[in-house]
Amino acid sequence: MHTSLTEDTLTLLEKKARDVRETLIRMLTEAGSGHTAGSLGMADIFVALYFHVLNHNPQDPEWEDRDRLVLSNGHIVPVRYATMAHAGYFPVEETMTLRKLGSRLQGHPERTKLPGLETTSGPLGTGLSQASGMALAAKMDKKKYRVYCAMSDGEHQAGNVWEAAMFAGANKLGNLVGIIDRNNIQINGMTEEVMPLEPLQEKYKSFGWHVLEVDGHNIEDIVDAYDKARAIYEKPTLIVAHTIPGKGIPDIEFDYTWHGKSPTTEEAKKFIEEVRSMCGKVTCGDKD
Amino acid sequence: MLNKNIKLNTKIFDTDVERAPTRDGFGNGAIEAGEKDTNVVVLCADLADSTRAQWFRDKFPDRYIELGVAEQNMAAVASGMASVGKIPFITSYAAFNPGRNYEQIRTTVALNEMPVKVCGMHAGVSVGPDGATHQMLEDIGLMRMLPNMTVVYPADAEEARKATYDSAFNKKPTYLRFAREKTPLMTTKDTPFTIGKAYTMWEGKDPEVTIIGVGPLLHEALKAAVALEKEGIAVSVINSHTIKPLDEETILNAIKKSGAVVTVEEHQKAGGFGSAVAELLSQNYPVPQEYIAVDDRFGQSGTPSELIAHYKLDATAIIDAVKKVKKRK
Repeated sequence: MHTSLTEDTLTLLEKKARDVRETLIRMLTEAGSGHTAGSLGMADIFVALYFHVLNHNPQDPEWEDRDRLVLSNGHIVPVRYATMAHAGYFPVEETMTLRKLGSRLQGHPERTKLPGLETTSGPLGTGLSQASGMALAAKMDKKKYRVYCAMSDGEHQAGNVWEAAMFAGANKLGNLVGIIDRNNIQINGMTEEVMPLEPLQEKYKSFGWHVLEVDGHNIEDIVDAYDKARAIYEKPTLIVAHTIPGKGIPDIEFDYTWHGKSPTTEEAKKFIEEVRSMCGKVTCGDKD
Repeated sequence: MLNKNIKLNTKIFDTDVERAPTRDGFGNGAIEAGEKDTNVVVLCADLADSTRAQWFRDKFPDRYIELGVAEQNMAAVASGMASVGKIPFITSYAAFNPGRNYEQIRTTVALNEMPVKVCGMHAGVSVGPDGATHQMLEDIGLMRMLPNMTVVYPADAEEARKATYDSAFNKKPTYLRFAREKTPLMTTKDTPFTIGKAYTMWEGKDPEVTIIGVGPLLHEALKAAVALEKEGIAVSVINSHTIKPLDEETILNAIKKSGAVVTVEEHQKAGGFGSAVAELLSQNYPVPQEYIAVDDRFGQSGTPSELIAHYKLDATAIIDAVKKVKKRK
């Protein structure tokens, strides 16, 4: 593995991922509602982005030359809030206000409420369009910042995503990186049973994208993919990240009923113990 | 009589009055805005010629963005571009923009407070032979319901030019409504125009009814005013080009004098401009109101003038509505 990660950094990122997961359990339990499985499943990827990949400044969220991270599937925003808090955008205690009246941490992200969110999202399928608009504008203005767009797999059933994929490919947006949380679940069940998405990678390739595939819980693997994407300048890059919904909490892993609910107080105690005992690496094992 | 202070077209009632479609005003206004600010970009969904986006493309090819037939993508791409400093105009027929891409406009433009300019062309039944699918009659309602959205419906091509130019610099999500058909030029380049400020085009002596209109049908309203004057019925005609925010002061002042109102628009009655006026009056100064609007029906094929008459949107219908509302006072 040729990555830009040192062993020390990797250890730090793995610890951060555990901290983020613990915060996630606490904030979702306190909120009493929210999307637990998808948020936990993307913890490693968001930690890799905020603590290593993104060129950003938590003290100056509106910095003009920052890399843009667009979250298209807004329902997993708890993982973004938790990671931003640990990265220093706002106090970790504020995550306890999630979904409460007057909070900057709305149930689905609102850009105008919290600096650093980049977009307002929730209705699925539009993030890649917005990210493409940012990337095109950067090319027009010869700006160096890069644009990252996190998407769910289920939202690829929405036509708007493919309009955007076509547009980004046609405009050769080499400064754009899409990442799909390929966790295979959606509200009504497994994606391939609800409305099959495969062959997902071939679809993107045919739209003019470079496609990479990673283990979404292996931080070295994730960072390596982002490094590779940086070197691909002639076309946009898609990273298909294989993730386990609920990763880190055995009771939640692979269970689609955890898509849109939060833990009870009793469950939270057990889950936090489990997260804390995730020593070292998070690996993507086969469970089925 | 015509308001002498606002430099209206002197040929306004002549049969050979100059005519131009309001979409031409968009084409010219976008170029002027593009000359003023290099951040102005025009996005197009495969309708460059008929939306006049082509005029901008000819002048600024590097700032013209082609999306193909993908209005949802167009709205959200524009949102992304606006978030990094661009001033995007998104163009298509109103039936698709904001018809097809309403949710993208709601979430990524209005809620997200991005200064995208949504330009709906070919609005109303006056699209003509293309028929109901392309005759958008619900767009004013869709757009004025959205918080943060400014809604402007220019009366003629000259006003459309000014509205387009001004909207580029208002820093707000904005909906601009344009029509396909050539319609009379009522205003001139010297007629004052400010987004949010309605103005009186015609003022009879002690008006008994206030006609408040939007868009090219204001010409029908002015023709009605002339005919009514001959019958001894005095009215005033107000151009309320900005539907949101409504110029409440100008409208209320006029209606307090007349005590009755006829609203005029080429749009569904439900949720349209007349509804906006009714919302204002019912809470502040309730008076009898009649609506010149399409009443819960879709359009159909025909010539523009046939359709304007068929759906009772012409001067004859306005005259009848004035007489009816006067009796209800």
